[in-house]
Amino acid sequence: MTITRTVATARRVVQQLQHDHRTVALILVVPCVLMGLLAWMLSDADFNQYGAPLLGIFPLIVMFLTTSVATLRERESGTLERLLSMPIAKVDFVLGYALAFGLLGVVQALVVSGLAVGPFGLEVAGPTWALIVVAVIDALLGTALGLFVSAFAKTEFQAVQFMPALILPQLLLCGIVVPREELPTALRLLSDVLPMSYAVDATTEVMTSTSMSADFWLNVGIVALFMAVGLALGAGTLRRRTP
Amino acid sequence: MTDESPAVICQDLCVVRGGVSVLPGLSVRVASGRVTGLLGPSGSGKTTLIRSVVGVQQVASGTVSVLGLPAGSAELRRRVAYVTQDASVYADLTVAQNVGYFASILGAPASDVDRVICEVGLEGREGDRVGQLSGGERSRVSLAVALLGSPEVLVLDEPTVGLDPVLRRDLWKMFGGLAATGLTLLISSHVMDEASRCDDLMLLRDGQLLAHDSVAAILTSTGTSDIESAFLSLVEGAP
Repeated sequence: MTITRTVATARRVVQQLQHDHRTVALILVVPCVLMGLLAWMLSDADFNQYGAPLLGIFPLIVMFLTTSVATLRERESGTLERLLSMPIAKVDFVLGYALAFGLLGVVQALVVSGLAVGPFGLEVAGPTWALIVVAVIDALLGTALGLFVSAFAKTEFQAVQFMPALILPQLLLCGIVVPREELPTALRLLSDVLPMSYAVDATTEVMTSTSMSADFWLNVGIVALFMAVGLALGAGTLRRRTP
Repeated sequence: MTDESPAVICQDLCVVRGGVSVLPGLSVRVASGRVTGLLGPSGSGKTTLIRSVVGVQQVASGTVSVLGLPAGSAELRRRVAYVTQDASVYADLTVAQNVGYFASILGAPASDVDRVICEVGLEGREGDRVGQLSGGERSRVSLAVALLGSPEVLVLDEPTVGLDPVLRRDLWKMFGGLAATGLTLLISSHVMDEASRCDDLMLLRDGQLLAHDSVAAILTSTGTSDIESAFLSLVEGAP
């Protein structure tokens, strides 16, 4: 692994995004509109309860979709084969994507959280920066999972289908719909091994306690661990030789 | 054809793709410092052979060595340049951004970017998005990337498809010039009239090598005046 190649790859992905204003606009605007919709339709108490966790989940979903399609495009266009015939480590490629989309995730998290706690009036007990930390780590998790699943998709159609297959079950089991401790035992155990559960737990900490407890950092750490494993698997599933 | 330290040696190379044996045991040596043309109809195994040489093809059995190292070795990733059949460049980046990115991956000097863009005749187009270029221009961007750094072996899969005759002539002249400086070029084509531009020819059909010799020697041995006829005579003469 080399820093220059990782950074060059990240810069190249950012350059590609710079040429695609519509995608960037959608990535930034859609979560804001959804958050506004929630603020409008829910009572203040309900908005605080559902808005905060969704603040972290939107970036996860958006980055998952973006990364899995972007990586698949590299496979289909032959640029991935060409890159892997060059002196670039697989980890450089994966980290380059994570860095670029992580950056986009930071911007997205700042914009959406800014709007949510500002005009939309989201109130949390803890500091706003903690919400942003969760949103960014979620965006990175989405990128890592997207990189990983793109190895199992042969077409962009298939890649998009991994979203409902992998993300929606997590959304149902992460504690927003039904508190995790009230789930049937089997489902609760399943939710224990899904990364989104910990992302929501971290947000719950921010919502309820004024000081950032060790629990908050533990949950953030667990999400980061899932991200690291996702990136490692993403790098591991890249193949220099193909059939 | 010279036999002193060939740049590429394939030994009993077998490749199976999608259950079909594409290369059923090919043994061939590519002379170094020469332009070797790999000719044959579509489906003859040209791309599979090229991918095996670059080391991106899963091989069922047999060996491929390039510059004395197993094909695909980490050390070869800087010494072997590869142009795929489709222009493998980013359509949503400009010409300069594409070449610049690959230059930083290869660790090529920054001055290389301008040099290779000039060599493929795209000066003045640096700021154009590749997706808006014509097919021929796009494949020149792809070719420019292959010229970055100082590769010792250039492996090109149909690099001149869809190019205008003037540019094709210029590119073949450049290939010849590169070989004169000691580079080894392996260039596939299904256009038989490009054969005369090569030093050596490999005629491939159904994964079998019909002939491998200098152009003149192939014409003499088949008693024909052009490579198309030579190819036909070899196919018909085959048992």
